[in-house]
Amino acid sequence: MAISFEVNGQAKSVDVDPQTPLLWVLRDTLNLTGTKYGCGIAACGACTVHIDGEPARSCVFPVASVAGKKVTTIEGLANGHRHPVQEAWIAEQAVQCGYCQSGQIMTAVAFLKKNPAPTAADVDEAMSNNICRCGTAQRMRAAVLRAAEAMRGKGSANAAGGGQ
Amino acid sequence: MSATAAGMTRRGLLKSVGSVGAALVISFEVPRQVKGEPAKPVINPVKAWIKIEQNGTVTLAYNKSEMGQGISTALPMILAEELALDWKDVQVEHAMLDREHLGQGTGGSGSVAGSCTPMRKAGAAAREMLVTAAAQRWDVSPESCSVRGGAVWHGTDKLSYGELVESASQLPVPDFEKVRLKKPEEFQIIGKPMPRKDIPSKTDGSATFGLDVRVPGMVYAVVARCPVFGGTAKSFDATKAKAMKGVLDVFQIEADNGVHSTGGVAVVAETTYIAMQARKQLQIDWDYGPHASESSETLRRQFRRLVDSQMKVVLNQGDADAAISGAPAEKRIECDYELGFQAHATMEPMNCTVHIQADRAEAWAPTQAPEWTAEMIGKVSGLPPEKIAVHTTYMGGGFGRRYQADFALEAAQVAKRVGKPVQLVWSREDDMTHDFYRPASYHRVSGAVDKDGNIVAWRHKSTSTSIAQYWGDKAPPESSELGSSVQNPYLPKNYKLEYLPADSGVPRAWWRSVEASQIGFVMESFMDELAHAAGADPYEFRIAKLGDGRKVKNGTDPKGTPLDTARFKGVLQLAAEKSGWGKPLPSGRGRGIAAHFSFDSYVANVVEVSVSNGTVRVERVTSAVDIGTAVNPEGVRAQVESAIIYGLTAALKSEITIENGRAVESNFNRFATLAMKETPQIDVHIVPSTLEPTGIGEPALPPTAPALMSAIFAVTGKRIRRLPLKRGDLA
Repeated sequence: MAISFEVNGQAKSVDVDPQTPLLWVLRDTLNLTGTKYGCGIAACGACTVHIDGEPARSCVFPVASVAGKKVTTIEGLANGHRHPVQEAWIAEQAVQCGYCQSGQIMTAVAFLKKNPAPTAADVDEAMSNNICRCGTAQRMRAAVLRAAEAMRGKGSANAAGGGQ
Repeated sequence: MSATAAGMTRRGLLKSVGSVGAALVISFEVPRQVKGEPAKPVINPVKAWIKIEQNGTVTLAYNKSEMGQGISTALPMILAEELALDWKDVQVEHAMLDREHLGQGTGGSGSVAGSCTPMRKAGAAAREMLVTAAAQRWDVSPESCSVRGGAVWHGTDKLSYGELVESASQLPVPDFEKVRLKKPEEFQIIGKPMPRKDIPSKTDGSATFGLDVRVPGMVYAVVARCPVFGGTAKSFDATKAKAMKGVLDVFQIEADNGVHSTGGVAVVAETTYIAMQARKQLQIDWDYGPHASESSETLRRQFRRLVDSQMKVVLNQGDADAAISGAPAEKRIECDYELGFQAHATMEPMNCTVHIQADRAEAWAPTQAPEWTAEMIGKVSGLPPEKIAVHTTYMGGGFGRRYQADFALEAAQVAKRVGKPVQLVWSREDDMTHDFYRPASYHRVSGAVDKDGNIVAWRHKSTSTSIAQYWGDKAPPESSELGSSVQNPYLPKNYKLEYLPADSGVPRAWWRSVEASQIGFVMESFMDELAHAAGADPYEFRIAKLGDGRKVKNGTDPKGTPLDTARFKGVLQLAAEKSGWGKPLPSGRGRGIAAHFSFDSYVANVVEVSVSNGTVRVERVTSAVDIGTAVNPEGVRAQVESAIIYGLTAALKSEITIENGRAVESNFNRFATLAMKETPQIDVHIVPSTLEPTGIGEPALPPTAPALMSAIFAVTGKRIRRLPLKRGDLA
């Protein structure tokens, strides 16, 4: 039986085993490969997407439970533009291999919605359940704080070091 | 426009220029530098490309694998420097594996080190051709022209490279050995922190990693591998699995001793998830093989037996045995150090996509070793090399794991049978329980200082699960295990190294910084102990031993790069100064210092910790590196930060333990890593230098754990000699 939901603003209907984790539906069925497989047990955060605006680990989230809901993936975060969090990530050169970064950015965006003026300790707490083996935490911490400031309109996230 | 190579000549460096009407295409081979010798174009040459089109588009190819280390930026920066391009105008692309020109293997912190000078020569040759073309157009001398911003200038006259491409491509390629290289003071790009070209696509999900490859008609596969190292499938029943909707095939694949692939039972399905679910339904009768009773505990007992025994003497300077037994007891120390297995745990598990057809094969591989990947596909398919195309994708971490070909071989085995494009996927559990681990090792180090604080003796007996032995190298087992202990910078009066390998079925290979991750810990921890025995400050104690500009030869390999004690001392001094070494700290806080020479680079780290109620918090790490010319200082800093975090994780959090011949930790819930809230502030300082660049992907790791454990000692008085730190060690 087909399961219908919205992904990045578009209506989707998939005919898969309803227990299939959302992650694999996104990647293998809908060809949205920006959301990554890292552990399959919700331990690393690489698969983080937003479901009705809330961060969720799509690797353990059965697709049946998103029926009728709105899913946002990294591809749909800014609709062809760059989100201030993405700008900040570039400005801080926060990325190394990049594999975990979709999940990191989706986690950060959801966090900043709830806490637009975080301290460094708040950021640490919010981001500590996402794993990065390249060790970019110091730069990501700075990027989240930079994005928060930019989103509050107090500065530009697109400072030196950014861009191509 | 397609490029065709023409006029291959051997003149210092092999090179060719393609005259293709609308683009200047320069191909050349970058020789791998042989240790201790100037670059000679004989070993593992690779091919790189400069492509300048008439519309002004400049595309610089990089031949090494991008796994997060920033090589897709650093290598093109080198070409762009000599070509006098505006960095923002440069596009970069990964070079396809070129069968005629080997050397895309990416490891050993060697990419920039091996490629810098040859790439500069190639860039300079292209620049001279463009200048000559412009000079001819203007009828002036080439010497009266200059270059900047992707154009040739004569006074206020300007010709962009795009305008010059057609005529430049008709000119002979200058002799690479005679081109004028820029002087370091002329550099506009090298040595400047440059934003990485690959980062934007890695923030919006558009970067293609191995698992993101999507080919029309592709299917997915997983392999059930024997949980016990060295075990094989005797028989299997796939009835249930085959009955599942979306399952396409189930069959056995053979192990391969050449690449140490395990073999197993492959499940092919329409999606990754179906393949993984079907694998759970397999009934497999395993032959667990000869290692089924191995455990970390049995290995530890074996290690201890070995260091208690007579070992093979690898290096013997003076008479360390006599000097130790002759020293007064209070100036004599003996310490046992132990390090467990470590997994690479790249964020992207192993995978490879392969399509084998009757007359050709294609692979999309997140690999540090594209050549080896191609070789595996050739071996399975029987196709000649020219019929095999390998695309190297971005990779979600490498750290040495992706220098292996086991996953490529498996993908080829499955693809051969299926006939469709197949993406072979390893689950996290597959990845963590079938890694080629950083070896486990055990070290007994004895030594003595005299009343003046001189190191009169140092004897290091060690054993490990040797990498060289596991891979059947011709070189002896210790060749992969002793690292720079064969060139001790502190020059003990009497020095002795002894080694014997341990028997183990646990697969092992190159993990970030390889043996330096262990030897660095042991040597520098022991230096801290010696300093303590001498009643000296650990930093001053080291400085006093280093002298001025001594060259310490590699004691077992005459071709090894000598260690320059002045540079070793230089990084120690810089790290000490920047960290405020010696300045008072609040109670509960302490610092440790360590330095290490690996991959021809020098790194010193000062780690500052706080310890309360047996819990360690790493507050700050100050790192000083001397790597010759830092091509992209931004990239260098990132790599140092990365290696330090990787090292801290292995010292404080992660370990692979063995029970019943298998890995116990199979996912991130048991294999813990340093979280953001545990991540210290890291400050990186680069020694200014115009020497040839050396590597930086790995060398900041070895001095991390010893500095950390010395800092913990400074606070608590407790020595941690077994890595990683165990719960209760500081209770």
